[in-house]
Amino acid sequence: MTEPPRPPPRFEQPSLPAFAAYLALIAFFVVSLSGTGASISDFVSGLPQIARLVGEMLPPSTARLGPVSWALLETFQMAFVGTVIGVLLSVPIAVLATRHLSPHPAIYHAARTHIAFFRTVPDLVWALLFVVSVGLGPFAGTLAIIVDKIGFCGRFFAEAMEEAERGPQEALAAIGARRSAKVACAVLPAAMPSFVATSLFSLEKATRSSVILGLVGAGGIGIELKVAMDLFSYDEAATIILAIFALVLLVERASAWLRARMI
Amino acid sequence: MSGARLRATDALPAITAGTDLAVGGVTKRFGATQVLGGVTFTVPAGQAVALIGANGAGKSTLLRCCLRLIEPDAGSVRLLGRDVRGLDAAGLRALRTEIGFVFQKHNLVGRLSALSNVLHGALGRAAFGNAWFQSLAPQALREEAMDCLARVGLAAIADRRADRLSGGQSQRVAIARALMQRPRMIFANEPVASLDPAAGEEVMALFLDLIRRQRLTLLFTSHDLAHAIAFADRVIALRAGAIVLDAPAAGLTVTGLRALYD
Repeated sequence: MTEPPRPPPRFEQPSLPAFAAYLALIAFFVVSLSGTGASISDFVSGLPQIARLVGEMLPPSTARLGPVSWALLETFQMAFVGTVIGVLLSVPIAVLATRHLSPHPAIYHAARTHIAFFRTVPDLVWALLFVVSVGLGPFAGTLAIIVDKIGFCGRFFAEAMEEAERGPQEALAAIGARRSAKVACAVLPAAMPSFVATSLFSLEKATRSSVILGLVGAGGIGIELKVAMDLFSYDEAATIILAIFALVLLVERASAWLRARMI
Repeated sequence: MSGARLRATDALPAITAGTDLAVGGVTKRFGATQVLGGVTFTVPAGQAVALIGANGAGKSTLLRCCLRLIEPDAGSVRLLGRDVRGLDAAGLRALRTEIGFVFQKHNLVGRLSALSNVLHGALGRAAFGNAWFQSLAPQALREEAMDCLARVGLAAIADRRADRLSGGQSQRVAIARALMQRPRMIFANEPVASLDPAAGEEVMALFLDLIRRQRLTLLFTSHDLAHAIAFADRVIALRAGAIVLDAPAAGLTVTGLRALYD
């Protein structure tokens, strides 16, 4: 009776370069941890401070509920308008950044570079630039969100269009359709579910961002939170944080509901 | 296999006034693989020609080369009197508007209605945006598209999304889209290969009936040898990118053609 064949080893033995790379990665993590100044004792000694802060936040103050509500509405308006305009501007840029739809390789690379630049510069930096250019207020924040959305949606829209089924595109090319007709009739309908999902996720992301943008004077509820913290009005800060939580939760729920129905 | 004759693949085609397609010495390589090795033949106006051959024989590549959906490496293609390889982008688009192309996997836009898909047949001739979606199209184009759907028996499901149609219905919508082009010639790449035998028979009969009524020229590929003999006036067989048979369908038998696959 012959022996049954032995199964292969459970884990592949890494090559020497791969083993060296793993070691280097672990070493870099240890060095980085030290670079962050992480300290267990500092964390433990800070716990009573956190408890004190939370104690001062409770109960949340309702004294400035009116202004906080208006600031919250302004925050969502910035996120909504910025997302809608950003998404609309992203579509033509994404078409130019889609390899097989772009009219020329140079245009493709230029569009990809612009999208990468818009995406890699943080929205807070864009907000600082726009505060300097157009002044303090929600308009600067809205412009920052628009640019951030072009970077975010442009990339995902282009990838969705590159992955769109090629058969219908070939069929329309065989009919003699122009590039614009191929994009409108075959590519966009195929990529639409991905566009909707990305746009709704963008709105969620923009709602969270628009809170932070206020910290640099670009409108929204962020400035209210900063003032409350600076004046040690922690009970007012708690109200603002709860309001932000409610808004973000509402937008996420609404977005999930819409996604389920539209895709 | 009486009537069959072997022909030299490097001979130039004889172009006459009634020739819709003249392919001369077309070659195509994909990397190291030679897919077409100097294919030469003509198709007179009004004739139905079946292209047969095993998988990889070059049938689909040949059809695509004729419309430059794939660029041939060498050779000439004259289609409806025009030198296909010499056309610029606008000229090529204009030529393609006159050629209906039915694909094996119908290639409909799944998220659009059957009517919008048929309307796309007019993309080459309609004004900008007029043939994109049925909701935005002028009434005359919508009515013409409905007529094309009615001719393939699907007027009742005009508003149904294409990805909710059966295989047979999808292929009939693809045929309606080709008719919407008001074509002078039809290319069909294994038009019923994705359908079950009964649906395939039904769609093929409908397809050929519509083509004969309009006296269109037809070049179609098929793995179904019975279809090739029954529906074509002439059969061309390819093997390894070369023509090994070019004969009237009337004298051919399925058994005789099957021998070409050995």
